[in-house]
Amino acid sequence: MAKIPNNRAWWLVLPVFLLVAFSALVPLMTVVNYSVQDIFGPGQAYYVGTEWFKEVLTNERLQDSLLRQFLFSGAVLMIQIPLGIGIALMMPKSGMKASLVLILLAIPLLIPWNVVGTIWQIFGRGDIGLFGWALNSMGFDYNYTGDTVDAWFTVLLMDVWHWTPLVALLCYSGLRAIPEAFYQAAEIDRASKWAVFRYIQLPRLKNVLIIAVLLRFMDSFMIYTEPFVLTGGGPGSSTTFLSQTLTTMAIGQFDLGRAAAFSLIYFLIVLLISWLFFTAITHADKEK
Amino acid sequence: MLAWMNWTPSVAIFFAVIAAILAVMTVYEIVSPCAERKGFLPIATTRGDRLFIGLLSAAYIHLTFLAVSDITLLVALAVSVVWLLVLLRWG
Repeated sequence: MAKIPNNRAWWLVLPVFLLVAFSALVPLMTVVNYSVQDIFGPGQAYYVGTEWFKEVLTNERLQDSLLRQFLFSGAVLMIQIPLGIGIALMMPKSGMKASLVLILLAIPLLIPWNVVGTIWQIFGRGDIGLFGWALNSMGFDYNYTGDTVDAWFTVLLMDVWHWTPLVALLCYSGLRAIPEAFYQAAEIDRASKWAVFRYIQLPRLKNVLIIAVLLRFMDSFMIYTEPFVLTGGGPGSSTTFLSQTLTTMAIGQFDLGRAAAFSLIYFLIVLLISWLFFTAITHADKEK
Repeated sequence: MLAWMNWTPSVAIFFAVIAAILAVMTVYEIVSPCAERKGFLPIATTRGDRLFIGLLSAAYIHLTFLAVSDITLLVALAVSVVWLLVLLRWG
């Protein structure tokens, strides 16, 4: 039988538990209460049962927004993970050049979300923005405020610019942790560059890649500020992602009951996916 | 004091049941500690893992019932309880 751990250490977690109870559990309970009522104001709430959940689950606007969210997160992962690995492989291994590249890569990560949105909003404009102006001069009919494809392209490009460095930095640290002996052995076997990547580097990157995928998925799934500043969710609602739909419902329309039901479903999706990633990470550790 | 939380009886029962399950599982764990084992799930799990998986899937079972049918949620509840017990025993 497996060794039984000493459970008395859990008492040390008590302060954190109380803090989390205050900041997360109590608000969560309130949200659950809201989700089964129609709230008109303080003291004016009417019990509606599971009506909101049924309405939210069958609401096409929300389904579209959820679909867009998955598309966006999927596209973000498909682009940023391979690109990040590629950049990490091309980075210099040591010396001045390595430090310089690291600093350059880290710059986008230091910029606040709303500033990133503003930078790209101006950068992409056809009249005063360098990027939009250059594209238009080359003959492309580029206008991110009026065209759905252009808006998606800009939002994705912005996210790639902002967050690929994170993936690259994680992969770079993973690559640096591979002992030189592995490469020497590969050289003796006259392994091709591809074989070195496929059988030495990629397996050794597995753990950092799981973390990179988890971080990028979570961040992109909760994205709010950047598209809100860049496109405001438009044109139409083509770049309105889940969190923006939720905010509009809760604060714009003050539809607290419906927004509460919606946020609980949002929470369940995030919980499920986080748990899947968590299980993948802990199992990767156990196999070692 | 708790007026701002807008408590309703059904939600109160829901959280009370969850709290009771956690309390019972804690006592059970102290009385007879469990070891990680492999059941029909693709991963090795402890009792707590299986409880979490069971509760999370119960939430999804309820939502699925709500989304695709108009029958009473008591059916979904029954399905969830059976699934939770199966999971705890053989999962």
